[in-house]
Amino acid sequence: MKVRAQMSMLFHLDKCIGCHTCSVACKNLWTDREGAEYMWWNNVETRPGTGYPTGWEDQEHYKGGWHRDEKGRLKLVLHSKSAGLGKLFYNPSLPELDDYYDPFTFKYGDLFNSPQQEQQVTAIPISKITGTPVEISTGPNWDDDLGGSDIYARNDPSMEGIDEATRAQMEEIERVVLNYVPRICNHCLNPACVAACPSGAIYKRGEDGVVLVNEDKCRGWRMCVAGCPYKKVYYNWDTGKSEKCILCFPRMETGQAPACAHSCVGRIRYMGVLLYDQDRILDVASMPEDELVDAQLDMILDPWDDAVVAAAAASGIDEGWIDAARRSPVYKFVKEWGMALPLHPEYRTAAMMFYIPPLSPVMSTVERNLVRLDIPEDRRDFALADELDKARMPLKYLANLFTVGDVEPIRRILKMMFAVRSYKRRQSVEGDMDSDTLGLLDSAGLSEAEAEAIYKLTTVPTIDDRFVFPPYHREMSIEALEDPLVRKGMTGLGQIQPPKRGA
Amino acid sequence: MTTNQLLFGALPYAVVLLAVMVTIVRWRRLPFSVSSLSSQLLESRKLYWGSVPFHWGISLILVGHLVALIIPSSFELWNGDSVRLFLLEATGLGLGLWAAFGITVLIVRRFTSDRVKAVTTPMDVVVLLIIAVQIITGIWIAIGYRFGSFWGTSVFVPYIRSLIFFQPAPEYVDPLPWVLKSHVLAFYAFVGVFAFSRLVHIVTLPIQYLWRPWQRVVLMRKPSGDYHPAAPRSQDPGSRDHETNQLTDQSASK
Repeated sequence: MKVRAQMSMLFHLDKCIGCHTCSVACKNLWTDREGAEYMWWNNVETRPGTGYPTGWEDQEHYKGGWHRDEKGRLKLVLHSKSAGLGKLFYNPSLPELDDYYDPFTFKYGDLFNSPQQEQQVTAIPISKITGTPVEISTGPNWDDDLGGSDIYARNDPSMEGIDEATRAQMEEIERVVLNYVPRICNHCLNPACVAACPSGAIYKRGEDGVVLVNEDKCRGWRMCVAGCPYKKVYYNWDTGKSEKCILCFPRMETGQAPACAHSCVGRIRYMGVLLYDQDRILDVASMPEDELVDAQLDMILDPWDDAVVAAAAASGIDEGWIDAARRSPVYKFVKEWGMALPLHPEYRTAAMMFYIPPLSPVMSTVERNLVRLDIPEDRRDFALADELDKARMPLKYLANLFTVGDVEPIRRILKMMFAVRSYKRRQSVEGDMDSDTLGLLDSAGLSEAEAEAIYKLTTVPTIDDRFVFPPYHREMSIEALEDPLVRKGMTGLGQIQPPKRGA
Repeated sequence: MTTNQLLFGALPYAVVLLAVMVTIVRWRRLPFSVSSLSSQLLESRKLYWGSVPFHWGISLILVGHLVALIIPSSFELWNGDSVRLFLLEATGLGLGLWAAFGITVLIVRRFTSDRVKAVTTPMDVVVLLIIAVQIITGIWIAIGYRFGSFWGTSVFVPYIRSLIFFQPAPEYVDPLPWVLKSHVLAFYAFVGVFAFSRLVHIVTLPIQYLWRPWQRVVLMRKPSGDYHPAAPRSQDPGSRDHETNQLTDQSASK
């Protein structure tokens, strides 16, 4: 056992209101620069939908992630090493700018400088690359809140395996259903971008698992962009270097939450340490599809286990980190309660950002096409709990996102959430508890204490409950061995030269 | 010093020295500026038809030139049979035409695509021009001065060797037609701008990818977590080395 720590984020989708505050906070902090305008290190996608870049989940087209060959060996979908070198001159799997969008601004100057004229002046849109007028035909979140859903929702790759009747029901305008999936880089344990990089410029930080691009070593071969199945590495067309989400490591190192998480209006994001067994990554990533999720969750270690603590100490993880792992809200949701899942585990990158699937919107149709209102008021919760298959957001769809199509874990999680909700409602509205509610809780596999704890962490957590950061001990990192005055008067985060395009 | 001596005796040393020195300095002091500067994101289709033929064509021809230079006897032996000579020449010409097709597409692309124009620097134009001259004169020689692989080993190889062994003998080049001279001069121009242009990406060819492990994990401090005041590190702010304590990772398949 070789223990390593990972800073992990958890998204409680039940609470996401799709406001994009996270995206804007990230954009303002990191990607509001020439060449990076089209990058959305954090984005929020409406589901069902095709996401950003358009159709990123279609790996037959984009060739991201890993696959398991007939002999059970793990292979990069994109290329073998030699074939990768052969594709340096042209990378057939690379998305084009039009798969994202032509970043645009408006000619605001016209509003002020226009001579007096009959018509009202307008600020025409211009491309941020060419500076010439553009016809805006797409953009990030073009399908926000199911805009153009007849194109976008219908072409969602995760709609696969959903029967026609359910599809028709999802698409019906009165019953149209959506939820949001915020996405950042998954800071995977088996990152395909790292493996695809011919220059070896991308690496995973051993201490906290953040995956970073060393821009001084990046040569712009852009295999990472194609290799990442989540399309979360972007190529800066101006500097000729790849860039990606850095999990706001400079913020984490000073005990602050990443900008996206900190700014989250719905407070859906949690962050904490997870300990895992590095020796098992390859085995886990090579599992048959139906065992992938369990294997990945199983690889995360119990920070209370003495053997784990000893192994962690032997691996150089200090006590502060183990303590943080014990208080980690992510560990609670992912391991203690088993309520959270990684996005698209079938990509075999062992993604380390976790999602709690959305219970809302709950089913409005208990029987096909009809809202059954004849359930007695006091029975409604219990009848509904058994009818999760008819949830408006089909279990199968969520399963395609989080569990390689297996609906059972999704059903179990939604039932837990439903049971907690019913329990708390009974408690706060009726003021007493009845055996039916306790029975529902019991059938969801929860004790009253657990229900209470889940409720607390879900609904009324403080900022310290949501974000538990370990002491980074920057004073002990290698930078401490350098003269601290060397960089006096300079600005920036390690990038001392201005990030200018080379000749 | 005659013009010939200047261009073919002194210039090659100047440009090679420039290329080597500046590349090393740029590599160490301005590593961020070293990139292939791909514009595939901005325009993909024409790039395919330009970049692939150009790069493969020019690289293979370059390899041919190098073989002829290093082991000229291999060419002499091979060309002993006129069928084989013809085959070699046809292959060379074919590759040249292939590369010429590629560079044409690339030039057209660079001046017609608005998005590509937005990232075009003056140096890019210079590089394209030099390479175009290089390829055109090369093809010209292959057609107009037949069987260069035959006479080249006795005319050119001694000249280049004289340069390599620091006994420059530019008089070998003096009687040659101007097309051949321009081909050589275009190469010197190529070497001259090498370190100042995107051409520097040639030395970044990531061969080490073939044997490195799939995954890379880098530690910010020693695994023990102890403070290690030993081993004074480089004070050069530009070359902060993230890989001091690199672990070779077994986390993915070999």
